[in-house]
Amino acid sequence: MSELFFNESVILLDVEGDNKEEVLATIGNNLVERGLVKESFVPAIIKREGEFATGLPTAGVSVAIPHTDVEHVNKKTISVAVLKNPVDFVIMGDDSETTPVQLVFMLAMDEAHSQLSLLQKLMQVFQEEDTLKYLVNQKDKTKVKSLLEEKLDFVALEGGER
Amino acid sequence: MAKTVLVACGAGIATSTVVNSAIEELAKENNIKVDLKQIKIAEVGAYVDTADLLVTTAMTKTEYPFPVINARTFLTGIGVEDTKKQILEELQK
Repeated sequence: MSELFFNESVILLDVEGDNKEEVLATIGNNLVERGLVKESFVPAIIKREGEFATGLPTAGVSVAIPHTDVEHVNKKTISVAVLKNPVDFVIMGDDSETTPVQLVFMLAMDEAHSQLSLLQKLMQVFQEEDTLKYLVNQKDKTKVKSLLEEKLDFVALEGGER
Repeated sequence: MAKTVLVACGAGIATSTVVNSAIEELAKENNIKVDLKQIKIAEVGAYVDTADLLVTTAMTKTEYPFPVINARTFLTGIGVEDTKKQILEELQK
């Protein structure tokens, strides 16, 4: 299993956009520029979000976890974006109801059915209102990185997972 | 006989992995045998004759001959106990 790429370069603060498509393009294009995903990743993730929405009305701050098929990914990563202003994402499992998302965790996974413990830890973070509020108000990418590394236990993941 | 439970999301990659594991644990805690199948929502049609329950994070408007339970609460934590109760009720039928 390849290691997860995660550092300040995939953490974006003050991301601006009028709608979810603009936001997804901004976050996705950053990953394309860094060679972490193929160019096809951006249209694929926008299309997938339209078909299967990923907005989650979590405690305090709504999040979204856009993701798409593994074939568009070069290197496994999680890109974190704090939006300057909340942008409406359709709620997962709904067809029209939206939630104002402030935090986007774009998942670029390179294997299906993997990453269980990472995803479980991420969902755990979604249930911690204080952590989400801290992330939304953070202006220092290194602090965002440190907090998520601790919460998601990246070091253990790289060494220990099947 | 173990019930066949489909766990589906849009991609079959991320959210169904988390939900699958949560149901596995729930069944184990309650000593219920389940046959879990983690699939993409688009693949549900292939299991129409064999499945007993669909638990999904994706939207579906299709009518199925088995109950459908929305699993979003496993991701947000809000209302997850109700969802677990619903699933358990179906498994114990």
